[in-house]
Amino acid sequence: MKLEELRTKLVYQGILLGGVALLTSAALSFASRATEADIKAAEAADLKQSLTQVLPGEYENDLLKDTVTLPGKEGDVLVYRGRRAGKVEAVVYRVTGRGYAGAIVCVMGVSREGKILGVRVINHKETPGLGDKIEPAKSDWIHSFAGKWLGEPAADKWAVKKDGGVFDQFAGATITPRGVVGAVKGGLEFFEQNHAVLLDEAGGKS
Amino acid sequence: MNEKYARITRDGLWNNNVVFAQMLALCPTLAVTSTATNGLGMGLASTAVLLLSNIIVSSVRHLISPEVRIPVYIVLIATLVTLVDMSLNAWAHELYKVLGLFIALIVVNCAILGRAEAFASKNTVFDAALDGLMMGAGFTLSLVVIGGVREILGSGTLFANAHLLLGPAFAFLETTIVPQYKGFLLMILPPGGFMAVGFLLAAKRVLDRRNAARAEPVAAEAATS
Repeated sequence: MKLEELRTKLVYQGILLGGVALLTSAALSFASRATEADIKAAEAADLKQSLTQVLPGEYENDLLKDTVTLPGKEGDVLVYRGRRAGKVEAVVYRVTGRGYAGAIVCVMGVSREGKILGVRVINHKETPGLGDKIEPAKSDWIHSFAGKWLGEPAADKWAVKKDGGVFDQFAGATITPRGVVGAVKGGLEFFEQNHAVLLDEAGGKS
Repeated sequence: MNEKYARITRDGLWNNNVVFAQMLALCPTLAVTSTATNGLGMGLASTAVLLLSNIIVSSVRHLISPEVRIPVYIVLIATLVTLVDMSLNAWAHELYKVLGLFIALIVVNCAILGRAEAFASKNTVFDAALDGLMMGAGFTLSLVVIGGVREILGSGTLFANAHLLLGPAFAFLETTIVPQYKGFLLMILPPGGFMAVGFLLAAKRVLDRRNAARAEPVAAEAATS
């Protein structure tokens, strides 16, 4: 039978579609295996880089391996811990704020005493030119959190200036910094509530 | 023979340009062209997919029956895009962070399905490959021009962050056109994309009309002599 004739048969269509699906999925699973390790390594390197930005200084352990997961306000929070001489000296975790255009994902580092070591925005969809001043490349606003804790400024001053707080807002964008400030404050409260577990001093377990 | 290749090249780059003549692929075009570098990255990724999909479709064109050709093309294109997506994520992670969101958009880039249907399914593998390459080059060129216009007007720079895309050797491309520029927000936001595309499209039409007017008397002379 000629190919032309064969092509019009119903069974040929089925076999053709099935064959194409089989070949493409084989190619995809092969590629997925080939790239899996590299993707994991790249993502881990990424994460490590963002962690070291908010955790200045040296820690003796691999941050990515010393983790604890705790229930937070919006689902589980994965906390990375940095140790010196076996003691947890600092913790890093993600907090999420509501911005003008969706979630603003930040990562914040908190010291043993509950002071902020650093905050970085890792993902946001805020308006370029207005709300994106939360990025360290555009403005040094995000550095204003360093050294702050829940007592300094006082709890009711943890807001942007427009709401009676101490943090600057941007011209034309109040919702974005308000979201970040709220998220960071929530992160500090999370630290306060869980600090025994976070600092690994809950049950004398080493 | 050379005439044909020249025609395929001209079609891809200018006469039948994906963005400025076929008016296809406007969704990714408007989405990524806030800087020239993003446009270049998206253009190159689309070109790779377009080239591969044209080659594959053209080499199996006798096997594919007309009744089921569209699902077959779609599955092929989606597979290619996923492959590009995974390899970028693994081996060009910095670039993936910039373009990641848009790579998946290549699947719905109707220009690729359009070329598979309109050209690759009817022509030899070599012609289809050339067509894919030239259509891709034309698309890349359009994206870079649109991105360049928006970037210069919007943020006063050109090819910002090019080193993320092309490696540190290309950092010299990064230029600041207007120092201390406050930025013109509108051009970076989506409306700026529409405006840039609209004005560039109008400019191309004017050029084409002028060329046609100039070519006409020549053609008439050639016919009479």
